[in-house]
Amino acid sequence: MDRTETLQRYAFAVLAHLALLLAWYLFVKLGNVPKFVMPSPGETLDALLSPNYGWWGNVAVTGTEIFAGYFLALVIGVALALAFTWSKVLEAFFMPLLVSLNMIPKVALGPLIIVWFKYGVFPNTLMAFSICVFPILLTTARGLREVEPELLDLVRSLKGSRWQLFTKIQLPGALPYIFSGMKVAAILAVAGAVVGEFLGSDRGLGYLMLQVQVTLDTPAMFMAVILITLLGMLLYGAVLLLERWLVVKDARLD
Amino acid sequence: MTGEPFIHLAGVTKIYRRGRSEHPAISDATFDVMAGELVSLVGPSGCGKSTLLKILAGLHRHDGGELRIGTGAHSFDPARDVGMVFQAPLLLKWRRILENVLLPAEILGLPMAAARERARDLLALVGLTGNEDKYPYELSGGMQQRAAIARALVHDPKLVLMDEPFGALDALTREKMNLELLRIWKEAGKTIVFVTHGISEAVFLGTRVVVLTAGPARMADNFRIELPYPRTLDIKTHERFGEYTRRVYKLLGME
Repeated sequence: MDRTETLQRYAFAVLAHLALLLAWYLFVKLGNVPKFVMPSPGETLDALLSPNYGWWGNVAVTGTEIFAGYFLALVIGVALALAFTWSKVLEAFFMPLLVSLNMIPKVALGPLIIVWFKYGVFPNTLMAFSICVFPILLTTARGLREVEPELLDLVRSLKGSRWQLFTKIQLPGALPYIFSGMKVAAILAVAGAVVGEFLGSDRGLGYLMLQVQVTLDTPAMFMAVILITLLGMLLYGAVLLLERWLVVKDARLD
Repeated sequence: MTGEPFIHLAGVTKIYRRGRSEHPAISDATFDVMAGELVSLVGPSGCGKSTLLKILAGLHRHDGGELRIGTGAHSFDPARDVGMVFQAPLLLKWRRILENVLLPAEILGLPMAAARERARDLLALVGLTGNEDKYPYELSGGMQQRAAIARALVHDPKLVLMDEPFGALDALTREKMNLELLRIWKEAGKTIVFVTHGISEAVFLGTRVVVLTAGPARMADNFRIELPYPRTLDIKTHERFGEYTRRVYKLLGME
């Protein structure tokens, strides 16, 4: 893609977002929509300026849950996938189990997690973790398995070691898959943390939403949703940047 | 050429066992390859020619018969002296071309400075100078296959095994690569075993053609191609070229 084409695409992206803002504004103004049903963009922004909501503290709490849960899932998911490629027995034993466990709607674990760990940042981190560990684990395991048989022949014809095969072919080959799992997980992690806060919490943006819902403070709810979305975009963007840096263009999976 | 053959096969057999059933993949492969020869193995799909190549590469064991590679003058180390080229270039997408070519040197733990130098020379030999720092996706299929050939030569193996290396290329590129291969073979001075199902390709390239027939897999013929090198596309109109290809067609039951 040449430069002007890239610029054009960015311009369209910005334009689309501005158009949505405008449509939102016009809908509320022209339709005389009451504030408690849908606030205007200006009213929503006003909510951000009010110190009553403790925005930054709540953003920090939810952000911590998202990033900590995600990071934990990344480390454990990749580590398990690596363990599976090294031990067939381990894989044969645990993989079917994990596939079954993956079928549990993670949200349903919320009340249990609260029973076991009370409520607060840790159980919500665990919630985010439980929801995003599987996509990372499963895609990584798949990536490690996808080695072209002839490439295997090439390494074996040179009497290469298992370790060489792993470091030179398997692991770099799995990287695009790992990132594909990480991108899916980035979106899930946000959902996990917020649902955790809905179920039981005394801090965070999800908790704040439940508080202001009681008084029909819709502008604050809107703002909370926007901030949660921004947190998700931050995580997703960081993953994309890392992928750009580590994975060659042609190898990236979408 | 006289003297001890570099590769000697006598009655080599290979049987695949799956459960209780047995499938003969090769029955009685018997031929010799002299050092520096370019031997074409030709036959239809599923005739066991790829299996034979894997046996030569030391990836499979043969079940019977005699197989010897190397002579007193040309010793053979199965780990270091085999270079392989497949139908797909199989370049590593995340490595630049030069790094791709260096892969066998890395696996064998060769001194890297010298290997790098050699890789550059080989890229020049295969006509890829200036592409060292590109990624595979930036190269056409034919160019990727050239890089794969350079990779097969980087550790200076005595034997290069090629499994339908130009099978995925378009007809014109394929003709061009055939000429290139003859040039590379002459300059690199390697023994090459070239598997193909292209009859004219087999005759055009080979100093010798070994014909295999399918089911039950067996060797049908083995004859020298008495056509002079350097060969150009002109020889395809040579009377003797026609005789050789007709001979192969007949063996494969197509005439």
